[in-house]
Amino acid sequence: MSETGELLTQNAVGAEAAVRKAGGKRELSEGKKAERKLGLWLCAPAALVMLAVTGWPIIYSIWLSLQRYDLRFPDQQAFVGLENYVTVLGSPYWWQAFGITMMLTVVSVAIELVLGMTLALIMHRTLVGRGLVRTVALIPYGIVTVVAAFSWRYAWQSETGYLADLFAGQTDPLVNFWSSMGIITLAEVWKTTPFMALLLMAGLALVPDDLLKAAQMDGASAWQRFVKVMLPVMKPAILVALLFRTLDAFRIFDNIFVLTQGSQGRSSVSIQAYNNLIKGLNLGIGSTMSVLIFITVAIIAFIFVKLFGTAAPGSDEEGRR
Amino acid sequence: MGERFPGRKHGQRRLIAIAGAVLVAAGALTACGSDSGTTINLYLAPEESFQKVVDKCNAQAGNRYNIVFHKLPRDADGQREQMVRRLAAGDTEVDLLGLDVTSVPEFAEAKWIVEWTGANKQQASEGVLPGPQATATWNGKLYAATKNTNVQLLWYDAALLKQANVAVPTTFDEMIAAAQKLKSMNLPYQVLLHGAQYEGMLVHYNSAVASANGKVISDDGKSVVMDAGAVKGLEVLKKLATAGVTSPSLDNAKEENVQKGFEAAGSQAAFELNWPYVYASIQKNNPERAKNFQYARYPGVNPGQPSRTAIGGFNLAVSAHSKHQAEAFDAALCLRSKESQKYSALADAFAPTIESIYTDESPMDIGGKTKTMREAYPMKEKLLEELKDPAVRPLTPAYQNVSTVLQTHLAPFSDIDLPGVVEKLRKELADALQSKGVLP
Repeated sequence: MSETGELLTQNAVGAEAAVRKAGGKRELSEGKKAERKLGLWLCAPAALVMLAVTGWPIIYSIWLSLQRYDLRFPDQQAFVGLENYVTVLGSPYWWQAFGITMMLTVVSVAIELVLGMTLALIMHRTLVGRGLVRTVALIPYGIVTVVAAFSWRYAWQSETGYLADLFAGQTDPLVNFWSSMGIITLAEVWKTTPFMALLLMAGLALVPDDLLKAAQMDGASAWQRFVKVMLPVMKPAILVALLFRTLDAFRIFDNIFVLTQGSQGRSSVSIQAYNNLIKGLNLGIGSTMSVLIFITVAIIAFIFVKLFGTAAPGSDEEGRR
Repeated sequence: MGERFPGRKHGQRRLIAIAGAVLVAAGALTACGSDSGTTINLYLAPEESFQKVVDKCNAQAGNRYNIVFHKLPRDADGQREQMVRRLAAGDTEVDLLGLDVTSVPEFAEAKWIVEWTGANKQQASEGVLPGPQATATWNGKLYAATKNTNVQLLWYDAALLKQANVAVPTTFDEMIAAAQKLKSMNLPYQVLLHGAQYEGMLVHYNSAVASANGKVISDDGKSVVMDAGAVKGLEVLKKLATAGVTSPSLDNAKEENVQKGFEAAGSQAAFELNWPYVYASIQKNNPERAKNFQYARYPGVNPGQPSRTAIGGFNLAVSAHSKHQAEAFDAALCLRSKESQKYSALADAFAPTIESIYTDESPMDIGGKTKTMREAYPMKEKLLEELKDPAVRPLTPAYQNVSTVLQTHLAPFSDIDLPGVVEKLRKELADALQSKGVLP
C-alpha cells in the first residue's frame, strides 16, 4: 500500500512539474482549459477512493498507535501519547525481528539481482522458443506464495519431505535456525527471481545493439561490455527493480508464516505486527508496529529515490531529482 | 489478448458479472438462513459427526430455531482468531461459540460472551466433572457450558516393553530410562510428543508443572508465581528432549505428526504422549501395531505421585452480540446434553464432561451400528482417573499473551535456557498478564 502511495506522490510530482512547464510556455486556450477541467473531474472519484482506502487507514492506525487499546480489556482504553513507541522500540523482540527482516531483505534481494540478471540475459538472448522460455521462467511468480510455501514446507519436513531426506539426514531443517532461514530465503528467491528478471529484461531492451557492437569493435571483452555498457544504460531499470523488491521483501510475511510460523525468534516485523494485532488483539502496540514498518518502508523508498535517483516507471526525467 | 479476441473478452465479462450476481445471491440466501425464522449460528472446530448432533437438536427444536454449524479451522489459534475477529467487530450473526478451554476468561473479560444463570446454569452444571467445569468459569461466574473434555495418556508398544523386560513407566525419568534401554537393544525406542512452538506444547509443560506441584500463574490469574515446581517442569522437558530418545522432528511436531509417527511403517517409536483419538486411529491405520498398543496414565514427575494432566476440550458460550440469546442457550444445552455428549464420544471419540456417561454401558446406535462406551473407550477408567485429578491450564484473560511468552522460551524443549530463562519468564509473564509489552 505504501509502495503505491510513494509512486502516487512521485507521479503527482512529475505531473505537477509537467503542468508548470506547460503553463510557463503559453496561455492555454479555452478549449484546452475545459478539457483539463473535465479531466480533473474524471480523475476525482478515483482520487477520492484512493484517499479513502489508503489515507484513512493510515491516519487511523497512527491514531490507534497513540492509545492503550487492547480489545480484551475494553475498560482500560486510554490515550497514552508515544508510550507504545517507547515500548516497541525498547523491546528486544522488535529489534530481533527487525534484524531478521533486514537480513532476509538484503540477502534475498542480492541473490535475486544476480540470478534475475542471469535469467534476464538468457531470456533476452534466446533465439528459439522465446515465448516458451519466458513463460516457463515466469511460472514460480505465477504460483500463489502460500501454495508455494506449503510445497517447500512439505518438501523440507523431516521424515516426509524429499528434500529433507536428501540433504538434512537426522535433523529437522525447518527447526534449526540457520537452515530454516536458508529455506525461507530460498523460497523467497525462487518465487521472486522471475519478477526481478522481468523488470531487468525491460532494462536490457533499452541497451541499443549498435552500442554493444561498437564496443565490441573497440575490443571490449564480453565482461567489459556488460559492466561498462549494459549496466550504465540499464541503471534506471535496475534501481526500479531493486526498489520494488526491497520494499516487497521488507514486508515478508507469507513464506515465514507457512514455513516456521515465525517460531524461535524468526519473526519478521510483519509477523510480529500480526501477532500483536490479530493474535494479541492489542491494537495499540500492533498499530505502532504497522506505523514503524510504514516509516521504514518510506525511508527505504526515500533513499532509493533521492540518493540513488530511482525514477518510477512512466514518470519523465523530472521525476527523479 | 483482449484486443485480439474482443468477442471473447465481452463474453468473459458477462460471465464474471453472472458469477458475481450468483455469489451475491448465494450470500443473501445464506444470510436469510432457515425458512422457519430463527437461525442459531454455531462456530465450532470441525468434528466428523457433529452435524448429526446438530440435526437431532434441530429436529427437537421443531420450529423454534435452526442451528447452522459453521466449521472453524482445526488449530486452536486459527479458531480463536476467526471468532475474535467477528466478535470484536460486533457481528450479530454469531450466536454460539465453541471455545477452547483456555479462551473462556478472555472472551468473558472482553464482554463478548454472556453469563449463564438460573435454570440454564443449573442444567449446564449438572453432573459435570469439576476440572472441565473450572475451565468454563471465570471470576466465580459460569460463562460457558462444557461440551467435551480431553486428556492425554501415555501410549506404548506393549510388545517392545515385554521384549526389553521394562515396566510401564510412571514418571518422565522412568520413561527416559526405558527408552534408553530399548535403544541400547536396537529396538524401536523413541518417545513421541508434540513439541512444535504452538499452544499444544504447553499441554506437556502444564502437566509437568502440575505433577511437580508447581504453579506458573496464580489461581486468580492476576500474578506470576513461577515457583520451584514450574522450574522443575522446565527441567523435566529439557531432560527428555536432550536424552537422545526423542524423534528429530520433535521441535516441529504437532498432534497428528506424533500420531502418524507412531503408526508409520518402520516407526522407531515405542512411546507416545497424545490424546485418546490415537486409539481409534491406529486400529484403522496400522492394525498390526494396534494389537500391542497399550495405554497408561500420563507420566508424572515425582516418583510415587501420580501425574496431573492438563485438560483440553471445548465449551459452548453464547455471544453477547447475538439477537437470539434465549434460543442460543437452549441450543447449547441440547448440543451438550448427556445424549449428545455420549453420541460424540462414541462416534468421534470426544471425551464427555458429564461423569455418569463413563459408567453408562447402554449401547447407542451410531450410523447403523450399536456401540458401547467400553468399545469406544477401552481406556475410559484411566481417562476418568486423570480427569478427576486434572491440571487446568492457567486461567487468565491474557492467556494468549501468557501462552505466546511461554512458547517463545520453551521452544525447542532441548534449548530451554536454564536457569536464565526463569527470570525472563517472570518478568515477561508479568507484562503479559497486563497485556503490556511486545508479543514476540
